[in-house]
Amino acid sequence: MAYCGHCGEAVDARDHARCAELLRMEPPRFCTQCRRRMVVQVTPAGWSVRCVEHGDLSG
Amino acid sequence: MTDVLQVARAHVLEQGLGLSEELLVEVLRLPDERIPELLELAHEVRMTWCGPEVEVEGIVSLKTGGCPEDCHFCSQSGQFQSPVRAVWLNIPELVEAAKETAKTGASEFCIVAAVRGPDQRLMDQVREGIKAIQAEVDINIACSLGMLTQAQVDEFVEMGVHRYNHNLEAAKSYFPQVVSTHSYEERWDTCLMVREAGMELCCGGLVGMGESIEQRAELAAQLAELRPHEVPLNFLNPRPGTPFGGQELMSSQDALRTIAAFRLAMPHTILRYAGGRELTLGDLGTREGLLGGVNAVIVGNYLTTLGRDANEDIDLLAELGMPIKELQKTL
Repeated sequence: MAYCGHCGEAVDARDHARCAELLRMEPPRFCTQCRRRMVVQVTPAGWSVRCVEHGDLSG
Repeated sequence: MTDVLQVARAHVLEQGLGLSEELLVEVLRLPDERIPELLELAHEVRMTWCGPEVEVEGIVSLKTGGCPEDCHFCSQSGQFQSPVRAVWLNIPELVEAAKETAKTGASEFCIVAAVRGPDQRLMDQVREGIKAIQAEVDINIACSLGMLTQAQVDEFVEMGVHRYNHNLEAAKSYFPQVVSTHSYEERWDTCLMVREAGMELCCGGLVGMGESIEQRAELAAQLAELRPHEVPLNFLNPRPGTPFGGQELMSSQDALRTIAAFRLAMPHTILRYAGGRELTLGDLGTREGLLGGVNAVIVGNYLTTLGRDANEDIDLLAELGMPIKELQKTL
């Protein structure tokens, strides 16, 4: 199952268009693979996230 | 009855005096069709009393989340079911963030922590971080670390902190609806200590939190009374899981009226576009604000959310013929 990085709900549970829009203005907070809350660090020019199970991602 | 903008022209533009709270309410009640006229006046005031330069700043969160306070707008409070998890930045990451900021031409770099006030661990981390930044990056360092004791204020002066941010957040009459874990007076006291110690005081607030027009004017008047060097103006970005998470976004017209009103309340102050501007005003709003009283911006990302690409803001300033304020060390 895949999860929404913004709200953490299952991708197929509802329409996540608004979440996708918001993800242009904030980093993901939930791991899309396991729904765990991730550790997120925002810096002036970027961001990085870490899921304890699935590792790092940055943008 | 005399028109409020005529009064503002004579009082603020020509004499450099701030508008009274009562008149600020009138400004905030001007109809939409008078917003262009209002912004034009606010811009004239800014150009006359502050000049064309724009101060550029970057911010970073040294300690994110897990805050014991309950500021109802904040996703970093440990008291709410927010998805933000606690995390600390290490010193090399902090220096890198300062470098990223300096590359944009910014003269200020603000280190922020989500705390009630700094404990010894945070003081030590900040001291080490400032030392590391000063060794590698030519930029003024500001801090925003909550409420301070006099001893901590003195320590920051000794560390070379150029400016300290501590917002009032809301008007005194609305503050209890926004925060219950500390008082407006506690915030005010920290601001006074900072100013009296010789650091530049950065003190602003948020609008769009459900306050009335009168309370918005009250906040501007209370800030003017505090005489900060800089006022960051934030627009509520309703964060999931916080008590204000369900608030409607402030309208762009109200946001523009507020920017101009703050300028008319404080003609000499640095008025900075801070969080929420992208969401509330969009790309066009950044331009309108810069032509309506704003003379400082936070570039790049915020503490937990993302901002516009810094280059877009820098390009816009060039297009508007507004030079970036050069680095000046004042301490």
